[in-house]
Amino acid sequence: MKRTRWTGRTAGRWAAGGALACIVGIGAFLAIAHRSDLPTIPPPKATDFPAEMLSHGAALAAIGDCIVCHTADGGVAYAGGRALATPFGTLYSTNITPDPESGIGGWSKEAFKRAMRDGVSRDGRHLYPALPYDHYRQVHDGDLDAIYAFLMTRPPVSAPAKANELVFPLGFRPLLAGWKLLFLHQEEFAPRPDRDAEWNHGAYLAEGLGHCSGCHSPRNIAGAEKTGSDAYSGGVAEGWVAPALNGSGPAAVRWTADSLFTYLRTGVDGRHGAAAGPMGPVVHGLSRAPEANVRAIATYIASLSADRAPTAPAAADRAAEAARTNPAGAALFAGACAGCHENGAPMMTQGRPDLSTVTALQLDRPDNAVRAILQGFHAPTGPAGPAMPSFAASLTDVQVADLAAYLRSRFSERPAWTALETAAATVRKEESQP
Amino acid sequence: MTVTITVNGADHALDVDPATPLLYVLRDDLELNGAKYGCGLGQCGACTVHIDGKPAFSCLTPVGAVAGRRIRTVEGLGSAEAPGLLQQAFETEQAAQCGYCIAGMLMRAQALLDRNPDPDEAQIRAHMQTNLCRCGTHMRILRAIRRAVAMRKGVQVGAQAAQEVRP
Repeated sequence: MKRTRWTGRTAGRWAAGGALACIVGIGAFLAIAHRSDLPTIPPPKATDFPAEMLSHGAALAAIGDCIVCHTADGGVAYAGGRALATPFGTLYSTNITPDPESGIGGWSKEAFKRAMRDGVSRDGRHLYPALPYDHYRQVHDGDLDAIYAFLMTRPPVSAPAKANELVFPLGFRPLLAGWKLLFLHQEEFAPRPDRDAEWNHGAYLAEGLGHCSGCHSPRNIAGAEKTGSDAYSGGVAEGWVAPALNGSGPAAVRWTADSLFTYLRTGVDGRHGAAAGPMGPVVHGLSRAPEANVRAIATYIASLSADRAPTAPAAADRAAEAARTNPAGAALFAGACAGCHENGAPMMTQGRPDLSTVTALQLDRPDNAVRAILQGFHAPTGPAGPAMPSFAASLTDVQVADLAAYLRSRFSERPAWTALETAAATVRKEESQP
Repeated sequence: MTVTITVNGADHALDVDPATPLLYVLRDDLELNGAKYGCGLGQCGACTVHIDGKPAFSCLTPVGAVAGRRIRTVEGLGSAEAPGLLQQAFETEQAAQCGYCIAGMLMRAQALLDRNPDPDEAQIRAHMQTNLCRCGTHMRILRAIRRAVAMRKGVQVGAQAAQEVRP
């Protein structure tokens, strides 16, 4: 076989050609990636905006839940600094109060809308898609104006952004231009003529500001949401499973617009469970949002699964069998859980969900059940809301695993969970971090 | 079934159903009546004890779950004759009104001070958030915890007399 012989000269020619192609390529990429900085403005005054615009903006910001990501634990509202764990490293949210130095006080309306639609900071830097601009670019112009007015009239707080901790080379922001070329094609929301006004209003809120699919759809390897038939087939948020909303999930009972409304408004639905983990803050916002907006979102989300029957068999409760196969788990349940969750317990007379219908016990992954046991959750809507204490101090990982296995075998017909002890250890390790 | 638990340094072998709440065992079998039954739901904190150094609701802890683990109750902080530092601070600030929540408050606060001897106000409030007082003495309880922090700092500068008494 004749082999091509690489002389020094041809190699040099190839190298020069390659280098030139690289330079042209990099140049072209940087030209695409470059975004100009927009001039700063003197921070607007509250009197610059009509009162109706401010209240409209407040209602929209509640749907968008800006405050959740843009407030650190125990920090000042909208001043940023919350750590957002992603598969690519940790991002820190930024200060969106109107502080001219560290916040968005110097941002014009145009700069704000460019950030919301194109993911570009006022100074021209690309923003990471943790800011769901793929959703926000679907929002109507007037609504973005109202949110701008609302944010620019919050109390300014000096809080410089923390440095992100991303895997190499993602700290190099121009790369985000490539991500946007691939994934940022959404258009402004257009109503569907074959659906009624409430459905369209709900779709607009859920797809745009609400960005529900940001958690409830799976993501691809580049961190972009999967679409088409994968949309709303379930995702992950901060280690919690965000169940499917398209009816492909294992909920024992079908969701309706009414049950979704109750859940989104109060944080609990008697036939599915309570809002825990990152859903808690979502419910907190929606419990205070205008009721018509929440009804519309419920109508739209219910429609996503309207033509699919629930996949799980009817609710199960096989107490005797589960106790026989897992006596350790049964004893733990009797001592730690039964006071609230056993049939006839005081809590059960208040419309709290029967464990046989709780979606967390039907999911393929045990994460939500294990997290609820170890982390508990606060009432998202105030003192009367659903709450659960943490059992991290009283139960060991082995005991959490026994308990979860018992719950699964008693309340679900689905296959037993595996690697429960590892799941518990993972959650506990996360908890013990500062 | 025999379950062996370690409370305030002493081992106890008990013939109990492992599902029995730890609180019932502490009160009924071991006659350690400091921890109280409040709500039975993990929402008031009156039953708080330490398990391996961490505050836990003993009303929701099956005794079988704590076999071989270190349990500490309010009786382990000191006695009426020789109260612990935090107990002295609660007394000085008259933090108790009816007193029902106080054993839980003490154990909850002690867990914080064991981990962080100099907590700031925000850390104290966040930590004490799970414990309720129906009389509404929270402000006095917070003062007592701040006093204990200050007393402990006094110990560090050499005031031997104020040293915490532990059995």
